[in-house]
Amino acid sequence: MRTSSLLVYLIALPLFSSAFLLLLGRIADKWGHILATLITASTFVIGAYEFMKMQGQAGESRAVTQKLFEWISVGSLKVNASLLLDQLSICFVLLITGVGTLIHIYSIAYMSHDKDRRRFFAFLNLFIAAMLLLVLGDSYLNLYIGWEGVGLASYLLIGFWNHNPTYAVASKKAFVANRVGDVGLSLAIMICFAQFGTVSFEGVKAGAHGASSAAIAGIGAMLLLAACGKSAQFPLQSWLGDAMAGPTPVSALIHAATMVTAGVYLISRSNFIFDASSTARLLVVIVGAITLLFGAIIGTAKDDIKKALAASTMSQIGYMILATGLGPVGYAFAILHLLTHGFFKAGMFLGAGSVMHGMDDEVNMRKYGGLAKLMPITAVTFGLGYLAILGVPPFAGFYSKDKIIEVAFNAGGLKGILLGGAALLGAAITAFYMTRVMVMTFIGARRWKAGSHPHESPILMTLPMILLAFGSVASGFLLSNGSALVHWLEPVVNSQNVEEGKPLMPALVVSLLALGVVVIGAAFAIIKYRTVSDVAPENVSEFTKAARKDLYQDILNDRLLVAPGTLLTAGLVRADDRVIDGGVRFVGSFLGATSDALRKVQNGFVRSYALLMLAGLVITVIAVWVIGA
Amino acid sequence: MFNQSLALGQTATPEAVQFWILAPIAVIAALGMLFMKKAVHSALLLASVMVILAIFYIAQDALFLGIVQIVVYTGAVMMLFLFILMLVGVDASESLVENIKGQRGASILAGLGLGGLLLSLVARASVNQPAAGLKLVNQTGNVQSLAGQLFTQYVWAFEVVSALLITAALGAMVLAHSTKPAVRNKQRDLSIARFRGKSLADAAGLPGSGVFARHNAVDVPALLPDGTPAPTSISATLKARGDVISPAPFALEHSEEVEE
Amino acid sequence: MDISNYLYLSVILFTIGATGVLVRRNAIVIFMCIELMLNAANLALVTFSRVAGNLEGQVASFFTMVVAACEVVVGLAIIVTIYRSRRSASVDDASLLKS
Repeated sequence: MRTSSLLVYLIALPLFSSAFLLLLGRIADKWGHILATLITASTFVIGAYEFMKMQGQAGESRAVTQKLFEWISVGSLKVNASLLLDQLSICFVLLITGVGTLIHIYSIAYMSHDKDRRRFFAFLNLFIAAMLLLVLGDSYLNLYIGWEGVGLASYLLIGFWNHNPTYAVASKKAFVANRVGDVGLSLAIMICFAQFGTVSFEGVKAGAHGASSAAIAGIGAMLLLAACGKSAQFPLQSWLGDAMAGPTPVSALIHAATMVTAGVYLISRSNFIFDASSTARLLVVIVGAITLLFGAIIGTAKDDIKKALAASTMSQIGYMILATGLGPVGYAFAILHLLTHGFFKAGMFLGAGSVMHGMDDEVNMRKYGGLAKLMPITAVTFGLGYLAILGVPPFAGFYSKDKIIEVAFNAGGLKGILLGGAALLGAAITAFYMTRVMVMTFIGARRWKAGSHPHESPILMTLPMILLAFGSVASGFLLSNGSALVHWLEPVVNSQNVEEGKPLMPALVVSLLALGVVVIGAAFAIIKYRTVSDVAPENVSEFTKAARKDLYQDILNDRLLVAPGTLLTAGLVRADDRVIDGGVRFVGSFLGATSDALRKVQNGFVRSYALLMLAGLVITVIAVWVIGA
Repeated sequence: MFNQSLALGQTATPEAVQFWILAPIAVIAALGMLFMKKAVHSALLLASVMVILAIFYIAQDALFLGIVQIVVYTGAVMMLFLFILMLVGVDASESLVENIKGQRGASILAGLGLGGLLLSLVARASVNQPAAGLKLVNQTGNVQSLAGQLFTQYVWAFEVVSALLITAALGAMVLAHSTKPAVRNKQRDLSIARFRGKSLADAAGLPGSGVFARHNAVDVPALLPDGTPAPTSISATLKARGDVISPAPFALEHSEEVEE
Repeated sequence: MDISNYLYLSVILFTIGATGVLVRRNAIVIFMCIELMLNAANLALVTFSRVAGNLEGQVASFFTMVVAACEVVVGLAIIVTIYRSRRSASVDDASLLKS
């Protein structure tokens, strides 16, 4: 295994930059954002350098490690703080640092009017550092540190404008939902340690064959729970829509490209676990399938452009999770879709931010319309991302999404038909609601509110969008040409070189089917949204009403979890006040009351004192008598 | 006196008779002292108890002590009590209503408890030797034997008790001494007061009694030089009763000349 | 007759005196009850002296009488002083130590 001394800088540079900017305070206001962007750019440079070095190696020896220090050595548990950069991690490193740098540049202009811009960049750097630690950790425990770190950064960034109570609540909601997932990860680590005596990836991989199926299934289920939390999959998906309360660059970076994909990374990294347990794989595909439909349905009813894109993210990650549950062949396609999704979704979010910037921070699409002429660059880049997500050839999504649909069908039997069917249906609905977004925003009649002057955004905002649009266009072809990514990732995720199963239908047929449902969905949307009312109509179908309410997930969470939790807390508070504090107060008041009663003995009369003396004498004599007897 | 050798712890019959007559009287007197409203009655009852006790002492061959009991205790101490009662208020009778709640009941309970306790203690104690009697000791006479003991074995206690007596006497004098002595006006002070008074009429002092008297009867007022009756010459009681005789018949003839 | 009868009588007189101290309100009467207690003790001492056949009890009784006399002198002087300043001989009136 090669070692490198550069890996630690990937994490240390942004981390120290973040601390630096936070501690310096207002002094750094003038140049803080420049420093942060430069640091992120330097991590991209380091990542690119490592990538090039890696390409020069042979397949098996491409992984690089760096041991920092011995962290935990307690009894039989030995965990080192060390970093691992292999073919899987480098994909993520390049995605995080690359897209991250572009979004840093975008934020310089987007947040230029905000007086807390320096703090924003500090948190962005913190996020970069934590996410890199997540993908570079060489054991589950190191991954967990990064996992928690991104949760923290997400909380800080969603609630960046925490003077608004709604935003503060949204950040809390995200954190709490993530926490539920984190419990899963903790339990998985504990089971790993109990079962294998180690928590490093290598160690668990080595021991996965011999472990009992119940333990492996348990670990897999817990890892899936963690992934659900972080990646907003069913049943922990309620936080992603509310997370759009954060500034748009945050939504683009964290909730589209990187943090929400951490779940996919976790499952891919733990491929040896999932490959060893068909129960866990089944759970994964069920969750993936449900979520992709869930997100798509919700997306059809959202009028808030960011929430629509968030629902789309949820659905696309459902595709990725579905792919990871389809065996050794699926991981590479999940990562492929992850990378292409990173480009086009981040691009679309930045486009949405640009539209909001031009429309005075209005997010309701019913107030948009006909913006294409006035914001051409935004419209073009957004449009390219739209075509990519639809899966129109030759754009990026075509390669990744179709592959996933194909692998789903090839899973065999009834399961394959169901999963493939669900994926196709999801593609159709995706086409419908994304077309809806495009039509409502850029085409059609102008439904703006009075006083809006939509204008194109400054160069610092449009440049990242253009660069990401290049990714939307080309990344799919580049990554899947000659199965490049599949071969690149093989040593990590598919070491046994399991081949794809016999295809159900030829790949061409699948692609044509997919294209067909996409065209139908898009056409449907164009017809329906030729004219758009600028107020959401009231008399809609029950389906639409349910979709508007996120398919009642929030209400369910509230009734099932929040209400009993509040009851329990209130009960505990009451118990603390009455029983514990009451006990303490009782001691005080009891003493006071006793003293009060005893005080009355001192009535000042000599005769009662004499009586007490006589009584005492009698008692003493009796006592002496009894004891002496 | 009657110390004949007897069975263990027994006394002779005459003493028994004396005891059984006087002891109940003593107890009743003590109880009476407790229940009397007037303090003087209590004092007298106590005195009677003390006399009875003196008789008991004499019956038990403590002759000196018996006489001292009567002389010192009944004679001096009880009389002292009676003097103080006279100073404080002989006719002050105490109401028998108890104003401290529960005091009476608790006191009786405590008293009965103490009494029962001590009685049972005494009952359990056994007199293990024959009542030796004091015949041997009193051979040279009770007073001499007592003195022998007092001035040899107990001389230190004797000296301390004498110091105590002196201290007590001094203490009584100090306590009884009034803090603020009354101002005694000397002759000079009286003279100054007379001349600084409201009018100089009395500056030279009042005339002696009888100077202005016209008659030697109590109810006839004396006449002042201007013929008016002197107000201080008749008792106020007589004035209030109206038993004052007009002095006109007793006026001198010369008084008309003075009016000119 | 049992010699102990004198002791019983002494105990009874002592108890009556003790109860009297608690029940009466007039300071002088309380004092008298204390004197009664002292006398009861004297009786017991004299009886013991007779039983033992020596004069120790009588000497103790003698001293008791002397001390009682001193005590009466000082105590009554105090009562007179209190009476002078408060015009009352009831012990219940001197209740300034009440809480």
